[in-house]
Amino acid sequence: MSEAGDQQQSMNRADALFKALTIACAFLILLSMAGIFIELLRNSQLALEKFGLGFLFSKSWNPVTQEFGALSSIFGTLVSTLIAMIIATPLSVVIALFLVELAPPMVNKIVGNAIELLAAIPSIIYGMWGLFVFAPFMADHVQPLLADTLGFLPLFQGPPMGIGMLTAGIILALMILPFISAVMRDVFQMVPAVVKEAGYGVGGTTWEVSRKITVRYGLAGLLGATFLGLGRAIGETMAVTFVIGNNHEISASLFSAGNSIASTLANEFTEASEPMYLSALVELGLVLFLITFVIQVIAHLWLRRVRKSSGGGL
Amino acid sequence: MRPRSATPRKITDLMIKVISSLSALIGIFFLAWILFEVIQRGIAAINWEFFTTLPTPPGIPGGGLANAILGTLIITAIATIIGVPAGIFAGVYLSEFGRYGRFGAFVRFSVNVIMGIPSIIIGLFVYTILVKSVGHFSGFAGAVSLAVIMLPVVARTTEDMLTLVPNELRESALALGSPRWKVTLGVVFRAAKAGMLTGVLLAVARISGETAPLLFTALNSPFWPEALDQPMANLTVTIFNYAMSPFADWQQKAWGASLLIMVAVLFLTITARVGIRSAKR
Repeated sequence: MSEAGDQQQSMNRADALFKALTIACAFLILLSMAGIFIELLRNSQLALEKFGLGFLFSKSWNPVTQEFGALSSIFGTLVSTLIAMIIATPLSVVIALFLVELAPPMVNKIVGNAIELLAAIPSIIYGMWGLFVFAPFMADHVQPLLADTLGFLPLFQGPPMGIGMLTAGIILALMILPFISAVMRDVFQMVPAVVKEAGYGVGGTTWEVSRKITVRYGLAGLLGATFLGLGRAIGETMAVTFVIGNNHEISASLFSAGNSIASTLANEFTEASEPMYLSALVELGLVLFLITFVIQVIAHLWLRRVRKSSGGGL
Repeated sequence: MRPRSATPRKITDLMIKVISSLSALIGIFFLAWILFEVIQRGIAAINWEFFTTLPTPPGIPGGGLANAILGTLIITAIATIIGVPAGIFAGVYLSEFGRYGRFGAFVRFSVNVIMGIPSIIIGLFVYTILVKSVGHFSGFAGAVSLAVIMLPVVARTTEDMLTLVPNELRESALALGSPRWKVTLGVVFRAAKAGMLTGVLLAVARISGETAPLLFTALNSPFWPEALDQPMANLTVTIFNYAMSPFADWQQKAWGASLLIMVAVLFLTITARVGIRSAKR
């Protein structure tokens, strides 16, 4: 064999090795996702066998008698997330509209950057601010006001303690607001200028063009953005743990303390010494993993379809 | 269409404009409020001792969080050493080999999905493989859990940045007879250097504020970090523990630690963003 052939061969071998290395690293990502599912399933075996499906519907959470159920944690997760979505979704739509349609370039730059910085602040900072600044503010001003005006509803009854479901929901809303509005802004920017100009051309006002053209054109994308925000809110841990109050009870009042799956894990995991307690906590984690996994898969499949039908750019 | 007078339409339009400007203001207002409180309360806790001494028990004046600062630096550094190369190579696969293939599309999809999995679940996962099996918490497990969080983030930004490199560059290098790996490392990487660096900075910024995964892995410790297989002090779990304690002096230290983390994260994020802007130009 000639020298050049040798060189060629070693070159091929180096290339094959390089490609194998990159494939291995790509595979690592798939492996970690599969690993999460398998490990959580394996480690929650004890609780899965003892409680079965009833785990999801049982209210009891008693480490002493070793009776565990996920209902109060699931309830708290859903309620706090729902409050967050009710506040954050419409706000995000109008902020994104402001950035795309109304703001002069200078303002757009400042507000856009501020909102991105808001997204970068770690959740534990929101937790600190929530516990020491925002919760007292809620107790002194917002909750008494709500109790006075809307107190006939069971939602707004009970002592204004500051911490609780409502405060947790509002802080969650603040945390996902920048994230959703950034995605929505990108969606609005995908709307072709000619379509909007046609709307202005027949005499529409800014709001009419936004509502009937921009929003309608980007509706699918907005839905995807909302879903991504939902996925974030559901698994958010530290900010919620600081202010939700950590109470395994289900109450109609938004002022009362509750818990979420993530906050239960953060608070109780290092204290759990018995195998059954630990196993029940891991099963809670498994429930959270499955919920967020399904939401993420749906959101990304949906956004991929939107991207395809509108020709990329998002 | 039925004709409508312009005035009510203009009024609605104005109202919506006011509402949406107000909403943007609300966003800025909360950012300013959070920054203000953290800076004001944090600065009171920061002094020379804060950076140089070990924590004291509650009630005893003085003391600092030097061990937690060092621990956070160690854990973040190890996570970066593990997570960044793996993430970059995964990104190389997505951009250079798997751009159009089925497996590539599947990995790309998984990257997006795993980026949305809550970090506390990643912590739980690493707990089951690295803590439960050995029987004790460790700084190394903390670093691994942060590396798992970094991996998809780095892979994604690397792919984005490498796809921006024009194909002509690859083709000319290949035509000169360089092997694929040399083309990637020597030519494509060089062209995408600035963008990749900012991606890594953003990933480091993201993990340096993480708390939930460390709770189950590195835990915390009142001592200097000595060995990687022992629980290791770190700033974020310290903030959590101190903030939840009833002691005013511990709570003040938690504010100091919050300020430190926030400044570090915002500094990294802003540097990275400025970098991205100049890289795109």
